[in-house]
Amino acid sequence: MKHIISMLIENESGALSRVAGLFSARGYNIHALTVAPTNDETLSRLTLVTSGTNQQVEQIVKHLNRLIDVVKVVDITEGEHIERELMLIKLKATGAMREEIKRLADIFRGTIVDVTTNIYTVQLVGEAQKLDAFVDAIDDALIVEIVRSGAVGLMRGEKSLHL
Amino acid sequence: MELTGAQILIHYLEDEGVELIWGYPGGAALPIYDALDTDAKKLKHVLVRHEQAAVHAADGFARSTGLPGVALVTSGPGATNTVTGIATAYMDSIPLVVITGQVATPMIGLDAFQEIDTVGITRPIVKHNFLVKDVKDLAMTLKKAFYIATTGRPGPVVIDFPKDVQNALCDYQYPQEVSLRSYQPIVKGHSGQIKKALDMMLAAKQPILYTGGGVVLGNASAALTELAHQLGFPVTNTLMGLGGFPASDKQFVGMLGMHGTYEANLSMHNSDLIIAIGARFDDRVTGNLEKFCPDAKVIHIDIDPASISKNVAVDIPIVGPVQQVLTEMNQLLKKSGKKVDAEVLQAWWTQIEAWRATKCLRYDQLGHKIKPQAAMEAVWRITKGDAYVTSDVGQHQMFAAQYYPFDKPRRWINSGGLGTMGFGLPAAMGVQAAFPKETVVCVTGEGSIQMNIQELSTCLQYGLPIKVLCLNNGFLGMVRQWQEFFYDRRYSMSYMDSLPDFVKLVEAYGHVGIRIDNPETMEQQLAEAFSDQYKDRFVFIDVITDQQENVYPMIPAGAGLDEMILV
Repeated sequence: MKHIISMLIENESGALSRVAGLFSARGYNIHALTVAPTNDETLSRLTLVTSGTNQQVEQIVKHLNRLIDVVKVVDITEGEHIERELMLIKLKATGAMREEIKRLADIFRGTIVDVTTNIYTVQLVGEAQKLDAFVDAIDDALIVEIVRSGAVGLMRGEKSLHL
Repeated sequence: MELTGAQILIHYLEDEGVELIWGYPGGAALPIYDALDTDAKKLKHVLVRHEQAAVHAADGFARSTGLPGVALVTSGPGATNTVTGIATAYMDSIPLVVITGQVATPMIGLDAFQEIDTVGITRPIVKHNFLVKDVKDLAMTLKKAFYIATTGRPGPVVIDFPKDVQNALCDYQYPQEVSLRSYQPIVKGHSGQIKKALDMMLAAKQPILYTGGGVVLGNASAALTELAHQLGFPVTNTLMGLGGFPASDKQFVGMLGMHGTYEANLSMHNSDLIIAIGARFDDRVTGNLEKFCPDAKVIHIDIDPASISKNVAVDIPIVGPVQQVLTEMNQLLKKSGKKVDAEVLQAWWTQIEAWRATKCLRYDQLGHKIKPQAAMEAVWRITKGDAYVTSDVGQHQMFAAQYYPFDKPRRWINSGGLGTMGFGLPAAMGVQAAFPKETVVCVTGEGSIQMNIQELSTCLQYGLPIKVLCLNNGFLGMVRQWQEFFYDRRYSMSYMDSLPDFVKLVEAYGHVGIRIDNPETMEQQLAEAFSDQYKDRFVFIDVITDQQENVYPMIPAGAGLDEMILV
């Protein structure tokens, strides 16, 4: 099962490699990883998508907690949560396809953020499944390039990850 | 007072109470070695002959004293040579602070001479590591390093110390306080869980206390012994836990695991409750996990949450320092006045005694070849079972664990987790330096000893009167044993041809060498080696043993604890 693990880590060089190193050393998967500073300049927020049984993920969380640079960890998929991922997808858009892609982007509430005579770049935000569905709906031959941010997420309501 | 970074390091170590460090100088550590010469008052430095040995020696010092061990080396090869030592300490949770010189900060990343990414290389084998970029952070970084290394589940910490920072000036004051927002070791086990565990223990019919290195490291031997005596349960120790409970106590059923006793493994296998204390269900202990203790519930007391339910599902986890948890259990038990059902427990003991009656550690003493077991037993008699014993890795390690029973903690010093050949001699240096008057025996083989034999020179320089017991069978014995059992006796590369004459070799280093190859003179020759005549001398005892001897009992890989090969 997919799990989204969100953590606050010390904003120091080396903190990210400790987290990534733990996953490779213990044979855990990283499907996606994203990290950026927070409003507290001493902290970074790292979000990581992994998969495994509940027991495996519990073990991952324990090992993450052992790392000195990891300040707080939560598996946000344990409860109600919001998950978002951003995708930029560059598509060949010529002839009739220009209108077709525009319509499809609208259906998915995407925005076309760059246009040339032959290319549309569509920006799409949502859960991973939604981005997958958009990609599936497009003919492979039209896809020039895809970049995805990896998931970020929060727990719903009052719960939050803070010091 | 303004000092250089190098001076701050020396002053800090003295303020921290460190009296002994182990190391080897080099270009990127020269300012530190200069400060050692100019500023050290009480701090002593032992010059080893290879950086790996510096870390093992600091490790042996730490294991035997409970204090953190400190090693100091230069950058590049100095740092990479420490890797095996650091990994050894990491696997066995030993508190070490390893200081490595580094090229000057402007040179980092430019492939400078003797530059290596020490923080990167050591990352997976340390509890934590630091690169000191600013001399202002140095004192606090050292404080954090000692704090992290010695608290919680202990472990090695590396400080990478660039040469320009060693030379930079800064005010120094010993930091009194340290706190880390992301590291707060647990200081107390959950009382509710402790009560629940006790109730489960009192209701058990076939319980066993399974205790590991955590009892030794956590100074919980007395508390464990008291609890065991209050409950009357059998106790088994892991390889790392030996000495945590007195081996001469009748409740002790021996070591468990791959080369554990019949009674220990069968008691585990047939138990209805395992109380794991400072042990981590290592694969050498559990054998095949699918066959592991089918009827047992599990209580697990450990300082490290990540050790709980890692290999074996736990019914009642208690995260906390073992000494505190066991002390609370002892108090609760006394206060409640509750007792185990003596009759039920007696039935369990009757069964255990029947297993014990197989005498699984018996061996054939006939013939003209020296049995390694007999040599170990003789050393135990001669040293009255009260020596500090370090070991290398292989058959001799298992013979020492089986035939040198320990009654006290911190007497048995071996690389259990990583299984590092070459650990024994430098570790013995660490122990002997900590306890100059005590008998320190390094049990080794002709294979292992050659992995750090250069330290014979260090032993001479510092007058370390270690007694090396080399069980010399001319084979990498444990490899040979596995090849005999599992590879149709194809002894691929396990024969040690062209061995040196160890007696002449150690004599060349200025030590005493004794060769023993006759079972009839063995006891007397061993007694001589340990006699007052050689009290202040390093003695190398080369014991020529039976080449065919194997370590029994044995649980083959993939088998359960009840599927032992006895003889």
